[in-house]
Amino acid sequence: EDLRVDGRGCEDYRCAEVETDVVSNTSGSARVKLGHTDILVGVKAEMGTPKLEKPDEGYLEFFVDCSANATPEFEGRGGEELGAEIASTLYRVFSSESSVDLKSLCINPREHCWVLYVDVLLLECGGNLFDAISIAVKAALFNTRIPKVRVLEDEEGSKEIELSDDPYDCIRLNVDDVPCIVTLSKIGYRHVVDATPQEEACSLASLLISVTSKGALTSMKKVGKGSLDPESIFEMMETGKRVGKSLHIALQKILDEEERLGTSRQKVGFLG
Amino acid sequence: KRWKVETNSRLDSVLLLSSMNLPGGELRRRSAEDELAMRDYLQEGDLISAEVQSVFSDGAISLHTRSLKYGKLGQGVLVQVSPSFVKRQKTHFHDLPCGASVILGNNGFIWIYPTPEQKDEETGSFTTNLEPVPLSDREVISRLRNCIVALVTQKLMLFDTSILYCYEASLPHQIKDILKPEVMEEIVMETRQRLLDLE
Repeated sequence: EDLRVDGRGCEDYRCAEVETDVVSNTSGSARVKLGHTDILVGVKAEMGTPKLEKPDEGYLEFFVDCSANATPEFEGRGGEELGAEIASTLYRVFSSESSVDLKSLCINPREHCWVLYVDVLLLECGGNLFDAISIAVKAALFNTRIPKVRVLEDEEGSKEIELSDDPYDCIRLNVDDVPCIVTLSKIGYRHVVDATPQEEACSLASLLISVTSKGALTSMKKVGKGSLDPESIFEMMETGKRVGKSLHIALQKILDEEERLGTSRQKVGFLG
Repeated sequence: KRWKVETNSRLDSVLLLSSMNLPGGELRRRSAEDELAMRDYLQEGDLISAEVQSVFSDGAISLHTRSLKYGKLGQGVLVQVSPSFVKRQKTHFHDLPCGASVILGNNGFIWIYPTPEQKDEETGSFTTNLEPVPLSDREVISRLRNCIVALVTQKLMLFDTSILYCYEASLPHQIKDILKPEVMEEIVMETRQRLLDLE
């Protein structure tokens, strides 16, 4: 009957707060608070050599750190397994060609390219980690400013790279096709979006779908020790596409609003 | 034999077999069969309501369920808050006129459940009613749960009147909207006003 313990429907998200540009020494950053889940993402753009099989593209590197503050299970090295799982999921989600325009990250084919190091920090675990992380990654990539470079050719033929002096002269990434992950947890006969920790404890199996803003599925992953019926998988995929589209619209609205406020925006950051 | 119970305190509490009530109302006899028969009524992971009998010197609590109103809890919602938010009162079991009942534990555990139709005093409270709860009751319970969370976030004491006023103030809003910060502030402001008018 579409009523959860906290009054939400099966497809409703909790109240989310998104803030970009919170860390000053990164190329781009974002902080997302979804209920009690708190995620911080920082993107640093560094110069590197392109991979051998893709000489005219840059690439992304993901690293996930589960802070020991997040839950008591993460103390010491407890969070490493979860961190590795999240990182591999992010690689998979972003592995499709259309998500980020990697060719724009190339400076000199086969020699220089931009490498985007995306660092995810889990500050607090309050259920539904993957969705919050993917929202934060998209917001951080939207916020990333990569400085423009000029390639100068010397007389001997060696190339020099010159960074422009103007700090505002930079290229921005196009995040229209960056997918967001929607987690659908199966509880009993129904499935719910954005599960709280109590709901996650009751659910035996979940489906992680990454959806682009146009509603296209880029990857799918099943987690949990329970089994999923193929028909319910189909239903969950349809729900995921619907929810994903509205999530992208809401997120883009917030990001555009932040962009519009520009430098006059009051930053709350960590001290507010 | 004794059962270990978690009560949101420094040490786990202890529930002795001799302090339990049988359905039927007789006192337990301490025999080996009783210890094995206990497993029919209680399992690990169950929720119970009990009263503090005594406190050991190290701070561990000894519980008992000697009255028929205590025992295993059936279907409902648990809300965990800090114990300092619960007002110390004579009665902890309240039947709210909106259709649900609430148990305000002094340890911060609050149990919301649909008000039982008739009082089955004979069975005590060891048989759990597993019939599906109707949607209207579930809506009332969800609303109460969100109201309690709102009161706690806005740092207002929890007692039956404050929960009831908050529930009435939240009626114009949808249940899921109560969790939004703006709506929360508005509802609790109204509740605070009504409570001040009482005095």
